[in-house]
Amino acid sequence: MIRNESEQPREFPDGQRLPDQPAWQQDFPTDVPEDDHVARREFVKFLVLTSGAFAAGQCWIAADSTLRESKSYSRMKVATVAEAEAKRVVEFHYPDNDEPCLLLCLEPGRYVAYGQKCSHLACAVVPKLDQGKLHCPCHNGSFEAAGGRPIAGPPRRPLPLVTLDVQDGVIFATGVELRTV
Amino acid sequence: MKPILTRRQKDTIFTGIFWMVLLLVTLQLWLLTATMNAYLGGDTSVVWPGAIASFVCLIFNLWLLRRLLYLQRAGA
Repeated sequence: MIRNESEQPREFPDGQRLPDQPAWQQDFPTDVPEDDHVARREFVKFLVLTSGAFAAGQCWIAADSTLRESKSYSRMKVATVAEAEAKRVVEFHYPDNDEPCLLLCLEPGRYVAYGQKCSHLACAVVPKLDQGKLHCPCHNGSFEAAGGRPIAGPPRRPLPLVTLDVQDGVIFATGVELRTV
Repeated sequence: MKPILTRRQKDTIFTGIFWMVLLLVTLQLWLLTATMNAYLGGDTSVVWPGAIASFVCLIFNLWLLRRLLYLQRAGA
């Protein structure tokens, strides 16, 4: 059906008038400027939906942080001093089985422990004490062994620090300290 | 009586609303990544202010969308 030209769209993409348009365009004429409005309106709706998703994400983080604040850590035996000095690296899980950690003996009497998950994408870091670092093989990230801070690669946050307590020749894990710098 | 807007005027308002919503969503994205980074690093001091700021952006975006839909109605 061909309508009167006064009812037709004000312009077509090729700039030609209605009689010069192909048959399909004459049958289904589109008001191009109006169509442009609809496209932008739909896009703004999508953006507002995205805005809602971001706000929901923020609320989720806030709710999770409230739960985390009430969490307390238990005191757990990791290894004896003799064992740590013999092996130099002791693997353990703390505070639960989902959190692998490493106890490092940097020198006799000097111990540090970190969460083993890389702060970039949670791959397991590999200790290289002869080079004084912990290396993440996934994206070649490196952390200094002495402080757990990132020295190379994509990680930006230090490894979680496991606080230790040495008592009567036994090393205990007492908590986890998350750090941004 | 409210004035009837021309197509060109509506187009300008449309463009303004579009860019404002886009700017606010970009701000929210930045806010989310910054908050997530701080939260994973154990810094929870920014978590609630970040959530409130993001929620305010959402409210403003919804208001802008409402204005945009109102503009679409005949005679507006």
